[in-house]
Amino acid sequence: MQRIIAASSLCSKILRKERQRALFSSSSLLFDDTQLQFKQSVRQFAHENIAPHASKIDQSNSFPKEVNLWKLMGDFNLHGITAPEEYGGLGLGYLYHCIAMEEISRASGSVGLSYGAHSNLCINQLVRNGSAAQKEKYLPKLISGEHVGALAMSEPNAGSDVVSMKCKADRVDGGYLLNGNKMWCTNGPSAQTLVVYAKTDVTAGSKGITAFIIEKGMPGYSTAQKLDKLGMRGSDTCELVFENCFVPEENVLGKEGKGVYVLMSGLDLERLVLSAGPIGIMQACLDVVLPYIRERSQFGRPIGEFQLIQGKVADMYTSLQSSRSYVYSVARDCDSGRVDPKDCAGVILSAAERATQVALQAIQCLGGNGYVNEYATGRLLRDAKLYEIGAGTSEIRRMVIGRELFKQHSSNQAALLVNLSASEVEVGRRGTVENKARLDGSYKAKSLSNQTASSWKSTPAKGFHMEWCQSFGNRWFMES
Amino acid sequence: MKIMVAVKRVVDYAVKIRVKPDKSGVETQNVKMSMNPFCEIALEEALKIKESGLAKEVVAVSMGPSNCVDTLRTGLAMGADRAIHVEASRDLVPLTVAKLLKKLVEIENPGLLILGKQAIDDDCNQTGQMIAGLLGWPQGTFASKVVFDKEKQVATVDREVDGGLETLCLDLPAVITTDLRLNQPRYATLPNIMKAKSKPIKKFTLEELNVEIKSDIEVVQVIEPPKRKAGVILSSVDELIDKLKNEAHVI
Repeated sequence: MQRIIAASSLCSKILRKERQRALFSSSSLLFDDTQLQFKQSVRQFAHENIAPHASKIDQSNSFPKEVNLWKLMGDFNLHGITAPEEYGGLGLGYLYHCIAMEEISRASGSVGLSYGAHSNLCINQLVRNGSAAQKEKYLPKLISGEHVGALAMSEPNAGSDVVSMKCKADRVDGGYLLNGNKMWCTNGPSAQTLVVYAKTDVTAGSKGITAFIIEKGMPGYSTAQKLDKLGMRGSDTCELVFENCFVPEENVLGKEGKGVYVLMSGLDLERLVLSAGPIGIMQACLDVVLPYIRERSQFGRPIGEFQLIQGKVADMYTSLQSSRSYVYSVARDCDSGRVDPKDCAGVILSAAERATQVALQAIQCLGGNGYVNEYATGRLLRDAKLYEIGAGTSEIRRMVIGRELFKQHSSNQAALLVNLSASEVEVGRRGTVENKARLDGSYKAKSLSNQTASSWKSTPAKGFHMEWCQSFGNRWFMES
Repeated sequence: MKIMVAVKRVVDYAVKIRVKPDKSGVETQNVKMSMNPFCEIALEEALKIKESGLAKEVVAVSMGPSNCVDTLRTGLAMGADRAIHVEASRDLVPLTVAKLLKKLVEIENPGLLILGKQAIDDDCNQTGQMIAGLLGWPQGTFASKVVFDKEKQVATVDREVDGGLETLCLDLPAVITTDLRLNQPRYATLPNIMKAKSKPIKKFTLEELNVEIKSDIEVVQVIEPPKRKAGVILSSVDELIDKLKNEAHVI
């Protein structure tokens, strides 16, 4: 009897050790020492200063009144992670920004979203596109947290089809007059500085868009009702109204008519940084579920000992880890200057959809308790869902990726496929090339006959071209 | 004035520890480690003194295997200027640490040595007292308040003792060990974490310092305390006295 008791207590000790492993070392392989310190530091800050307010922020649909979270985060140097040091920023890259975004989102999804909108959509756009005078004027207060930043591109009738926006900017003496409405503006109600896109030329389609910097208090600019959202409650979102709002010449961000470049390039980086939001939410789900399955007992044992629960938790964990790896490797790529729209869209597409599933499973693991608002899991699900919609819906993201893939591997590319690096080889797989050959066998013969046997051997992706040749096998020999 | 702070890398205070199956010690593989909380308080005090202008430099010191550098990096990120790492095998008893510190003090010549009152893994509460004895310096242990007088080169220390608070006046150079209520350690701010990467960590080996690790203490066994048994509800005072006398043997 004694031995059995000793064994079961040993089991629970091992489970406890596993929990410690999961909580502490789950991401240690992804970062170097400094990045890990950075992450732990932000984690501690968020855990002590933001997490205690998370539930109340959700219930009251507003940020806490007794503490200024913006200022607190500004004091901790969180806003200007990608901004130059001369304006009070840290001068670091997107990897660090993603790390900070993850830990803040882990503490509170709403605060994470508002933080992301402020620090990336507003501050980072100013950093990337602003003139020296504009940066000097707006960045210091935004980075310190004294001012809140926002960005507005969507309209009531222009969401996914954002280029069809109707908000007009008419040229007048000394500047522009803005007329129109903007919708879904995160931080809109409280922002002092906003990046707003409007059409300076309504006939020119995407080439008629210009980006402007709007200040709260400009005559003609006002905010309408704060939206009552399903999740991300407290991250204030509202409609912006422009009625003959005069914007001076010097507030054009970038160049007139070049706003679409500001918008689209900004969207890539926005998607990257925001994709750390659902990562934080997935981690928060594990933070709730793992202790719960040890404490909750049924049939005389902690429910965490049952295989079905262990299966759920395993799925949650692997979703988190794989999404996390994708996010951080794309962040590293962007820091090296390789910004690929497919991966920026892919990263938030994958992370957001998984986060919703992980949050659903978290509710399921808690059973009845998961259905009660006293536990965080309901809020985590409602917060996670937003990321499938904001920053381009999942459908738009799929379109961006699919369209890019199709464009990059058009029929002209068939002969060039052998020169691809190994990673891109997988993308232009056998299926694609074979289908092309079947569709247009004569074309293939033409491109192949231009190559001599020796040139095949000189290509770097040797493994691939061997397989490629084999897949064509007979056809190749027949037609040449 | 230079301040030297000795810090130790221990199992994080929030971790639920477990004993190794062979009972030789506590499991430290794959367990979160961090700076001893009392050492954090010591470092915070040193940084406060430096910020008030009374000291020029804060040097953090740690002894042990190569992963001690993690703790030193945390110290540098909090604001220490330099760090020293004494490379040694795992188990160093307080007396050896004190002897090594003595050698470092002779090299660095600090005006003040601050340590945590004890480490949360061994709870020895010996190193501060031993190094003060070896150096012949005055000591203010369990400090809950420290005030400096620069002209008189004197530190007034409030100590938390069993009877209450004792106030001592120490001539510098002195040894101070910190207790819980002395201060609230700061976060390592993000700019400081980035700056810490370029701050120097000097490495010493035991041979260079010419100190022998000879332990007079051998750990025989480490076991968990017996599980707390359920209490018994008694029905009368007589029964209580009977149990105290005949079962617990305390009266």
